[in-house]
Amino acid sequence: MTVALSIVVDGIAYGMILFMISIGLSVTMGLMRIVNLAHGGFALLGGACAHVLTNSYGIPFIPALLVSVMAVVVLALPLERLVYRHIYRFSELEQVLATIGIVFIMIASVNLFLGSTLLPIRMPPVVSSPVDLGFKVLPLHRIIVILAGLAVVTALYLLVERTRFGIYLRASVDNQATAASLGIDTPKVYLAAFALGAALAAFGGILGAELLPIEAYYPLRYMVLFLIVVAVGGMGSIIGSFVAALSLGILDTAGRYLLPDIGTIFFFLAITAVLALRPNGLLVKSS
Amino acid sequence: MSANSTIAAARPQIRGAATFLPPIILLAGAFVAFWLFPYDLGFMTRILIMMVFVLSFDLILGYAGIATLGHAAMYGCGAYAAGLFAIHVSADPLLGLAIGAAAGALIALVSGLLLMRAHGLSLLMLSIAVTMVLQETASKARGITGGADGLTGISMGPVLGIFEFDFIGKTAFWYAFCVLFVILLVLRVVVASPFGLALRGIKDSPSRMRAIGTPLYRRKVAAYVLGGAIAGIAGALTAQITSLVSIEAFNFALSAEVMVMLVLGGAGRLYGALIGTLVFMTVHHIAAGIDPFNWLFVIGFMVLAVVFFLPEGLISLPKRLMRLD
Repeated sequence: MTVALSIVVDGIAYGMILFMISIGLSVTMGLMRIVNLAHGGFALLGGACAHVLTNSYGIPFIPALLVSVMAVVVLALPLERLVYRHIYRFSELEQVLATIGIVFIMIASVNLFLGSTLLPIRMPPVVSSPVDLGFKVLPLHRIIVILAGLAVVTALYLLVERTRFGIYLRASVDNQATAASLGIDTPKVYLAAFALGAALAAFGGILGAELLPIEAYYPLRYMVLFLIVVAVGGMGSIIGSFVAALSLGILDTAGRYLLPDIGTIFFFLAITAVLALRPNGLLVKSS
Repeated sequence: MSANSTIAAARPQIRGAATFLPPIILLAGAFVAFWLFPYDLGFMTRILIMMVFVLSFDLILGYAGIATLGHAAMYGCGAYAAGLFAIHVSADPLLGLAIGAAAGALIALVSGLLLMRAHGLSLLMLSIAVTMVLQETASKARGITGGADGLTGISMGPVLGIFEFDFIGKTAFWYAFCVLFVILLVLRVVVASPFGLALRGIKDSPSRMRAIGTPLYRRKVAAYVLGGAIAGIAGALTAQITSLVSIEAFNFALSAEVMVMLVLGGAGRLYGALIGTLVFMTVHHIAAGIDPFNWLFVIGFMVLAVVFFLPEGLISLPKRLMRLD
């Protein structure tokens, strides 16, 4: 019973991180139809920035987090306007190649300035203090991550379902040409969605640095994981990505706890089965 | 009318000087490289093996239009099969190649029956998942594969019973070159055959191909198996020449690099695969030699430059220069 609870709590915390980093990827893939392999790079850049701010300048965690996320947005906006705008028109393969090139340059930049060692982010000591939930004692960090994940998914849900921007976004995802002909400024929607995705990746990357440690090769190392969340969740689906990220988090954690020898094999066999049965993702409407 | 002209356009390399010139250039290039860089034979042999590997991916991606990120699965299986065969059964290199090809084809058939039903992102993810399962299996089966330490103790007999593998790697170089040459000639016939044209048709317009009665799924599985066999040969070559099979044969990075090399050179052109491999590996080698920490900048900018300015790959460079538009 205790083991089951541990698996669920750890798996959910892990899943929340996966969700926050992958959701931007899911939205850009669903909206712009672009295979953006550089998405994890935004988590890396956010994490590297937070590392510098907390360790070299001694800035407290919360302001460092906010500044890093803002810095990533400031970088993502011109990147979208100048580079990605052209990549949207490319064929799928050229997109893969172009975004791999961008990942390489991001990795090399971090490597040039900070080296290829682990880049820890200093958090206030209270974050690692244990909290007794009655049935289980776990670090405060896990609880913060879970709460942050819930806040993000709620905010995103409200943004997409309840605001004018959400209507524009959904219209552009469903049919870009029709949306544009109805007077929706789709390039601006693209820009906003791209920047939002990058910001969330940075946010998730920094919060999740304890589970997925930040280092120069981060975007390549975890690229497969993020893409799997998108594939299982279904491109462009927020709830799908959320369910997929939590299930994959729990599945992976369960595999590690219960079948330490063949956990990874089990994980990927499960992914294969899901994708073979639901090639468009768990919850996606069949088109 | 338009279908006729497409087929005619697809077949020009069958006639005239164009038939013989590229293989002769390739042969001459190998001789020149052999005499100019006698101390880099090991590296050049790696390029030749990688060319075989990228060619196999060209058949699948460039001709049939099947985009996967798990091509290392077949390469790794070929490498392990050839390594185990050399240790436990026979040290004959050519038999080993056949075993590697069979292993690559077998895993391509088993996984292809599932993969060829998928498209787009789920196909990419499924192919990655298959490779990860194989890598983890090889890593856990320590007793057979040596696990994370790799499979060691491979010692090969002479090629054709005559040419011993030497310390400098002369035999290895020419052995790899001959294999590449034969595979190139085979693929030239394959891509110009009705089967090859059907693959191009499937890439360009699947619905039209279905309408004229081509069994898409079976053609794609067949292409995947053939590509898998050649990838298995590339893996077997690596195992035989380096006398080592490491778990990294299944790395995701390898599958990704193969795709980069192919698109860099020009997918859907056999010589594009060769040029892409040569340029990527040479630039990688030189840049990493000059600055072991920042070579990734060079690769990154090179890849971006090609995508933005030469979308059909490096092989389209001469044509672009001629037109200068």
